[in-house]
Amino acid sequence: MWLSDNKLNHLRTIVGDPDFSSTKYTFIKELARGGMGTVYLAEDRELNRLVAIKVLNTPEVTYDLRNRMIREAQIIARLEHPGIVPVHDVGTLPDGRVFYAMKFVRGSRLDEYAAQHASLRDRLRKFQAACDAVAFAHAHGVIHRDLKPQNIMIGSFGEVLVLDWGVAKICDRLWSAVPWHRFGQSGGKPPHSKEAPDTIEGTVIGTRDYMSPEQALGEISQLDERADVYSLGAVLHFLLKDQPKVSKAAKAICLKATASAKEDRYSSASELSADIGRLLDAEPVSAYHENALEKVSRWISKNRFLVLLVLAYLLMRIFFAFTSRR
Amino acid sequence: MDRDTDIGGPLHKFPVTNHSAIIAARSEDQLVRSRAFETILAGYWKPAYKYIRLKWQADNEDAKDLTQGFFATAFEKDYFASFDPQKASFQTFLRTCLDGFVANERKAGRRLKRGGDVHHYQLDFVSAEAELAAHAAESSLSPEEYFHREWVRWMFTLAVEALRRHCDETGRTLHFQLFERYDLHDDGNVSYASLAKEFELEPATVNNYLAAARREFRKIVLEKLREITATDEEFRTEARSLLGVIL
Repeated sequence: MWLSDNKLNHLRTIVGDPDFSSTKYTFIKELARGGMGTVYLAEDRELNRLVAIKVLNTPEVTYDLRNRMIREAQIIARLEHPGIVPVHDVGTLPDGRVFYAMKFVRGSRLDEYAAQHASLRDRLRKFQAACDAVAFAHAHGVIHRDLKPQNIMIGSFGEVLVLDWGVAKICDRLWSAVPWHRFGQSGGKPPHSKEAPDTIEGTVIGTRDYMSPEQALGEISQLDERADVYSLGAVLHFLLKDQPKVSKAAKAICLKATASAKEDRYSSASELSADIGRLLDAEPVSAYHENALEKVSRWISKNRFLVLLVLAYLLMRIFFAFTSRR
Repeated sequence: MDRDTDIGGPLHKFPVTNHSAIIAARSEDQLVRSRAFETILAGYWKPAYKYIRLKWQADNEDAKDLTQGFFATAFEKDYFASFDPQKASFQTFLRTCLDGFVANERKAGRRLKRGGDVHHYQLDFVSAEAELAAHAAESSLSPEEYFHREWVRWMFTLAVEALRRHCDETGRTLHFQLFERYDLHDDGNVSYASLAKEFELEPATVNNYLAAARREFRKIVLEKLREITATDEEFRTEARSLLGVIL
């Protein structure tokens, strides 16, 4: 029997594609492939809607990886926030691979969005929204650990969603401090897996270019929300690097967020978000101490309309004074 | 820029896969070693033969002798015991050994004679030669890429045959017939509806039978792959390569 290249490619595809025959989903196509799982577009036949389904990548279904996927679904399910894509369903395929179905987001990734000539203000607004979603996760005891432009989606209505919580970690210190009753939830036991590889000190998880120094060293027990602050700072750097006019304040925010020592960074994503908000409102930012000239310059920039109005008024007064004298 | 999520690091260890013939080939037990070797031979002889024909420009008789000689010598001299999965994949290792063997034979000006004291395996060189005659190697492929491509083709061919046997043994002949008509047929006009009509089945039944056959096929492919890889990491890497996906 001779398998032509066409047949071979077809067989490779059918072996690689997930078998949804025992579920209510119909496979459509592959959307994206990540370190742990692949995301497919599928149709939910019962609700007649499109969903994104993440399926464990490796055909080697180990207890660790199954647990990790289930844990990811549990973590996201807890994080009910407009900036975090909701999980609809979790299950197992006939071959034993775990999957979870989530909202299908139409739009582009932050790196694609930035490449479409988004203005600096637009970029900063989207970045701030991402910070807010991450801050919400931190408030629920969860750190993302893999923040990068490729994991931030801009929806077709401009909404910002933080994706891929596959390597997220429950931070014990944050978890125990969460006022669960205020969120209408019971804290309960964190969705930990003792066997999960990330619990092993020395394991490096994340993406090199966006990873904090402590994360790159595999200091798992040392990781807290400031690791995410560093990654957000690296994302901000990505958004600023091709911009012609970046203020000193914006650069200072970036530098503070990506400080090598975590003590020198913003203590939380919400603090970083607040500084970005102040930058957008032309208010002084905590990361930068401006001199008197810069203060005046910022005040003028912020009150440009008022300054123009006063200038116009003064010019008119000078003009009338001059003409009446003649 | 490094954009890929990494889950690994200095303490990450990759355990060996179960049922690995590569590991079993190092066994002290002669019977275990012998079985493991047969598995490796079955998985690699055809791509090895075609590779010798292409890269070393050997005629068919010479290529047959070199293929037989290589596997016989590998078994006798324990070539595969020195395989280190940290350095390369088994496929690359085997190809390198094969190149070394053929180069030595050529240098020594030897021609391995069939019927001598070298063990000979029952290998279907006629089919391999027929495939070479009917399907010339693409000129854009390097010999190494050609070896890999033919290895993938051979893996899938073995898996299809294994699926056929499995379906016959479990009374699922119809499953295989549907799989053969839909997934192995070059006719692009075959649809679930046309198959339902042809086999007098409900379209849903065609869907279910095909899904079951594909599921079994997937399992067989991965089992075969597991047999001829040494570690979980190598298994995953080869699975990605074999399934044509990039991580």
